[in-house]
Amino acid sequence: MTTRIVRRREWAYPPAHVRREVLTVAPGTAGSAGSAGSAGDEPPVLFVPGFGHGAWAFAEHWLEHTAGRGFPAYAMSPRGHGDSAPAPKAGLREYVHDVTQVAAGLPRQAVLVGHGAGALVVAMALARYPARAGVLVCPVFGGVGAAFGALRRNPVGTLPALFGGALRPRRGQLFSRELPVADAQRYAARLGRASTRAQWQLVRHGAPEDPVGKPPVLVAGSPDDRIVPRSALTAVADRYGGAPLLFPGMGHDLMLDARWREPIDAILDWLVKQSA
Amino acid sequence: MSLDSTATIWRDGTPVYDRGENVCVIGAGGSGLAAIKNLKEHGFGVDCYERETSVGGAWNWRHHRSPVYAGTYLISSRPFTQYPDFPMPDDWPDYPHHSQLLSYFERYADHFGLRPHIWFGTEVVKVEPVSDEPDTKWDVTIHGTSGGGAPRTMRYAAVVVANGHNWSPKLPEYEGLADFRGKVIHASAYKDSTQLRGRKVLVVGAGNTGCDIAVEAAQQASRCWHSTRRGYWYAPKYVFGRPADQVNDATAPLPLRLRQWLFHRSLRLTVGDLTRFGLPKPDHKVYETHPIVNSQLVYYVGHGGIAPVPDVARFDRHEVTFTDGRTADPDLVVLATGYLPRFEFLSPDLLDADESGRPHLALQMFSRVRPTLTLAGLVQPDSGIFGIVHWQTVVLARWLRLLDTAPDRAAAFAAGLRAAPDRRFTTAKLKDSTRHWFELNHVVYMRALQRALDDLEPAR
Repeated sequence: MTTRIVRRREWAYPPAHVRREVLTVAPGTAGSAGSAGSAGDEPPVLFVPGFGHGAWAFAEHWLEHTAGRGFPAYAMSPRGHGDSAPAPKAGLREYVHDVTQVAAGLPRQAVLVGHGAGALVVAMALARYPARAGVLVCPVFGGVGAAFGALRRNPVGTLPALFGGALRPRRGQLFSRELPVADAQRYAARLGRASTRAQWQLVRHGAPEDPVGKPPVLVAGSPDDRIVPRSALTAVADRYGGAPLLFPGMGHDLMLDARWREPIDAILDWLVKQSA
Repeated sequence: MSLDSTATIWRDGTPVYDRGENVCVIGAGGSGLAAIKNLKEHGFGVDCYERETSVGGAWNWRHHRSPVYAGTYLISSRPFTQYPDFPMPDDWPDYPHHSQLLSYFERYADHFGLRPHIWFGTEVVKVEPVSDEPDTKWDVTIHGTSGGGAPRTMRYAAVVVANGHNWSPKLPEYEGLADFRGKVIHASAYKDSTQLRGRKVLVVGAGNTGCDIAVEAAQQASRCWHSTRRGYWYAPKYVFGRPADQVNDATAPLPLRLRQWLFHRSLRLTVGDLTRFGLPKPDHKVYETHPIVNSQLVYYVGHGGIAPVPDVARFDRHEVTFTDGRTADPDLVVLATGYLPRFEFLSPDLLDADESGRPHLALQMFSRVRPTLTLAGLVQPDSGIFGIVHWQTVVLARWLRLLDTAPDRAAAFAAGLRAAPDRRFTTAKLKDSTRHWFELNHVVYMRALQRALDDLEPAR
């Protein structure tokens, strides 16, 4: 696919400004010692949560850990998520707008890390902002097949979405059994929802355009993810010309699950290798 | 980056330092910065020469050649003005102030790490092709602007000229101007409305600058005459409660005639008949001249703050006579008569310039004879410039890349450029004027750029 440059709709109907939540941890201020420090010229890393999650999901572990390894770390909530302003009418286009706005507001060219449906938002944002690199974690790229898969695996949490209700993944889909039940309950209680419009767009949307500026793109996930099947993971990785990094035994929420450290370390190792 | 490598080439008795496959960018304004960023993104080494000591070009009010005045606001709204891959903050106003645009350029330069590529305080004095081939290299001679230091010559694989086209004043000649005892300045010397306070001001020219100054004069000066050669369409900044250019693009799929009718109709219904205000009736349809975006001009004419007058016939010692025989006695005349492009460092035949000095380029950016010479941002669009410059510089970066990876395809593209007809990228027929040398319709031109981008698509 080639880059499309006449974008009348984007020019004529720019999304409105809303208050956006962005959490920040500067490198070196975090307490996670033990990891190797760096020269201090690492690019900023911006984490983008998936549907229902907010910046808080990264603030639990990954944000501090990333900063501890020398990267300026940021996590944001798209509109309608976390502590950003409510946006019941927003769609994927508005979420993408939020990501490019935050990314362009960072002091230097950023790495975008998207999780779940946030990975789709990041993939779309990569076509609008020349990121240093893109990381798609447990990417939910949606589609009709994926919708039927979701209905089969989790009918109770998916059916209401057909009638404008929220998508509600089961706790067993998000986390492995290693995560203490109290933690899993606490996280599940914080889940919100994406707008009905965005949920439907997940089923029917065009493929993301090609990224601008040829950033390296990494796909990571778990073969035991009960939301993103292994085949979907491979398909997304194929699209970006690589193989997925796999973390067996983990649930969909790699950043909250008991062994959260392994995937983030692997992602940051990959980033270090890219800039070397 | 070090320039201390030993020279191995000599030209006319002076050493030439070979910068290999690097590309030279002239100017670090909004166009030059986009060129640096996109060339860098395509893997090129870039040396940019900037005569001032900071980025921003025309939009940096500290710069000697900057045409901006304190009350300069954008006339195209944010989505049309920004670089498509680096959005302006969405909590900025629809039409930001020039100081906001400068801070946007500064953030762009820092975000993408462009400053290490820029040699500030360095002026380009000569650019010469090395050979007659279409893919020739270029010898660029530079010298420091702060005095001292001999000129040096560097050899580059390609040159991108982004020196701007709004800095060299175009001054009209009037009978008796030399005898006129009042003060006469060009709009480039107008910086602040305090210059107008309490004076009797004549503003000549109905460009966007002329209209802005007339409006400021209506508020500050004791009297204001506004002289225009013809009647114009004064487009408001907002229609139907939304920025006018956004509404315009929302209706753009409609045929030109229908849009012209809609535009005339909505102006008629909101502003009304301009001749009632004493303004001349436009002698052309809308979209046939560069748009003038000013909601306030007609308003101040309605207050009597601005007296519309026709073209100047002659100046006397204390008086100005207009073509309709009326007279005025201003003590300050502001000539908002525009600018002319200047490329002193380039031989005119490289740009196919005609006797009047107007360059004839392929795709309004490539030198037809030697397309490794390109001009970025030599456009006067009916929208913002920087969204267009971005794609211009992506086109040129892709073409230079192709020279390297697929010389056959690159040669075919160059042959296409040479054969391309000298076309205007507009929908309506334009009034003939130096003001419209570079006028284009943003959609027509971007479609042409899209075709070039597709032709230059790297093989997978």
